[in-house]
Amino acid sequence: MKKTNLEISSATEKRQRISYGLVLLVVGLFIYLVFGLNTQAGSMATFGMNLSGSQALPIPDLVIPALPAIYAMVLISVFSGAYQLARGVRSTGWLVGIIAVTFVMSFLMWSAQDKSFNLTGMLSSSLVRATPIALAALCGVISERSAVINIGIEGIMLMAAQVAVITATVTNSLYVGLFGAIITGGLIAALHAYLVIRFKVDQTVSSVAINIFGAGTTAFISSRFMQSSGDALNNSGTFPIISIPLLAKIPVLGPVLFENNLIIYLAIILVFVMHIVLYYTPWGLRTRAVGEHPKAADTLGINVYLTRYVNVIIGGMIAGLGGAYFTVGSVGRFDEAMTAGKGFIGLAAMIFGNWNPIGAYTSSLIFGFADSLQVKLQILRIPIPSEFLLMAPYIVTMIILTGVVGRAIPPAADGQPYEK
Amino acid sequence: MSTTAAPAQDTGKKENKRNALWQELLIPILAVITGLIVGAIVIVASGENPFVAYGALFAGSFGTPADLIQGIQIYFATGDSKELLSAIYPFTESLVTATPYIFAGLSVALGFRCGLFNIGAEGQFFIGALCSAFVGYSLKGLPMIVHLPLAILGGALGGAIWGAIPGYLKARFGAHEVVNTIMMNWIAFKLSDWLLNGPMKASGFRPVTPNVELSAELPRFFPDPLRFNLGFFLALLAAYLLYWFLFKTTLGFEIRSVGANPDAAKYAGMNIVRNFVLVMFLAGGLAGLAGTAQVLGVDHWVGQGFSAGYGFDAIALALLGRSHPAGVVLSALLFGFLRSGATDMQSMARIPIDIISIIQGMVIVFIAAPDIIRWLYRIRAVKKEETVLTRGWGK
Repeated sequence: MKKTNLEISSATEKRQRISYGLVLLVVGLFIYLVFGLNTQAGSMATFGMNLSGSQALPIPDLVIPALPAIYAMVLISVFSGAYQLARGVRSTGWLVGIIAVTFVMSFLMWSAQDKSFNLTGMLSSSLVRATPIALAALCGVISERSAVINIGIEGIMLMAAQVAVITATVTNSLYVGLFGAIITGGLIAALHAYLVIRFKVDQTVSSVAINIFGAGTTAFISSRFMQSSGDALNNSGTFPIISIPLLAKIPVLGPVLFENNLIIYLAIILVFVMHIVLYYTPWGLRTRAVGEHPKAADTLGINVYLTRYVNVIIGGMIAGLGGAYFTVGSVGRFDEAMTAGKGFIGLAAMIFGNWNPIGAYTSSLIFGFADSLQVKLQILRIPIPSEFLLMAPYIVTMIILTGVVGRAIPPAADGQPYEK
Repeated sequence: MSTTAAPAQDTGKKENKRNALWQELLIPILAVITGLIVGAIVIVASGENPFVAYGALFAGSFGTPADLIQGIQIYFATGDSKELLSAIYPFTESLVTATPYIFAGLSVALGFRCGLFNIGAEGQFFIGALCSAFVGYSLKGLPMIVHLPLAILGGALGGAIWGAIPGYLKARFGAHEVVNTIMMNWIAFKLSDWLLNGPMKASGFRPVTPNVELSAELPRFFPDPLRFNLGFFLALLAAYLLYWFLFKTTLGFEIRSVGANPDAAKYAGMNIVRNFVLVMFLAGGLAGLAGTAQVLGVDHWVGQGFSAGYGFDAIALALLGRSHPAGVVLSALLFGFLRSGATDMQSMARIPIDIISIIQGMVIVFIAAPDIIRWLYRIRAVKKEETVLTRGWGK
């Protein structure tokens, strides 16, 4: 019995080994045909390392001959593909990494040939664009760890974004706006929690209702009150950028990590706080127990309902913070449907990050990278229609969901109502 | 003892069954009424009179009886049908609005029957509309009997393929269809932006497709401002066919079994993968037909934001109609009247049309949580089988 199991697993392993090897070879060929043949020999790609207006000490820009760099990527990809076919590498993470890095690098070389491309600027904007996605993902992590699915993050963020800009404009204080957004997020999440815990409403359906309701109310308030009153309700300004002394002077790292606004710092702090709370405190242990096996948790005297209420509401407050990012954190105005699917992308980041805070943040960075790459490439005027570049984050989400979901393991009781 | 007890129990069961059926009808009706009351509160809160607003809504969706009587009188007195036609205009316009809702609602309802949550009706709608418009304007000189079915088929197929992709990813890899269908929506919007500004753009400044050929238009029944067309009856036909498919065929039984309990269905030898892909293919096709009916029957061209709101409305419709084709048709008619009347409400009572979305959100909550309605109106619960609507991630 044991032997047959082993045989089966070695057979699937072999198939997986060959398919990954072939994918690497195909990627190498693709890079050669698409980027290699379309790059002029002798052209240089310039990567800017300094962000204008930042405090960091200036360093020289990176100038790389484009064609040799692309050929190097082809070689790496083909060589590792051949090695994989012959011997096999145990870690699939490495293989996926090699595929992603060689592809992205040669893509950058090709699009930056004979042009200048600001690398530091792109890394910085990746972090900025990852922030709302990360906050959505953290909201998902904390509520799903207690086994409550919340697909209504998009709607929560939209409503919180609107409340933030209105309260901040009226009171003339960004902090009141931020507070308002967090409270809004908490209240709506509390409603979701009440519906799914008290009335046992299907969790997906309840969240979808929140999304519809959010889109409806924000559009209603926007067209009934905000558009007619000009800037009186819809011009809050944004949080200023805070440079951390000394650290901001480090080249590249400084402008990327230490010259950001309050919400971006808060998101990074939250990741670590949530990691510690989930894995090193009694409350985190209880939360995880409720998410994995609520009956056992209940038997041990943990209040399952209370745990779920608190986690979902805290999650909603985090999503509210994410909503505040859209208005008082970045543009200072509210537009209808301005969240543009970020709440859902956050859910994909949560799954890709395997329902843990640091993983979720890391995968949000990947989405942020895809998003900012797309923006930078539009500026470079490469011969791909901008609409296709705009699709990139959504396609990446689908690929990640498809490739990872089989291996990612959600909390065992995720999505199931608990009955005593 | 037992002989006397058995009939009593039997009648009790029967009564229980009748009560369950009664509640099945009562709860959606009460949910809609409660939604309208919440809407009225929002209208009051924004400083308008709800009676004026709902009055305008009613006149905008049904027309006024006085106009209708006058129109009939003039028609019989002088043979002039102009007054009569303008009196029935609001009513026919509501049916025109309801047509895509019927198709889109059926799409989501079919998904629910198989345990799949199709939020992608909006993208499938758009792709279907673009495909049928393309067949409609690019083929020239064909007779209607060939061109119209081709255009309809093109729209259905476009939507079906757009729906089948997340269906396949769900069946084969377990990727959650809710997130994937939403991603497919965004991809559809970006793709349509590109198509409408590039390959499919009509000459001129606006990013719209050319008008479809006359031979691809769904025939209209009345002279011009009235847009009532064959699409409405096609939608009713689709609802009947879906009913027949779901409840009278083996495949339909399989789909419902997979929806009710995938483990049991698998144990009984049913092919889950095939059912998921098939259902999403058909659901996408129905949503594609919704777009097709709108293009070929009403607008005759496609512009940006063409599908706005249909996808989420379709979810509300399917829930309201209890995922039953007949229920979907009834609730689509209700939505048709609401949406078409809301335009009048906006112009006459200055209430933004988005109030309808708020009402819809509330209705979904009330339908999904019948306990709230029971609690509000003090209705006693009747025990019945709960249908499972959705499941967690990748299960």
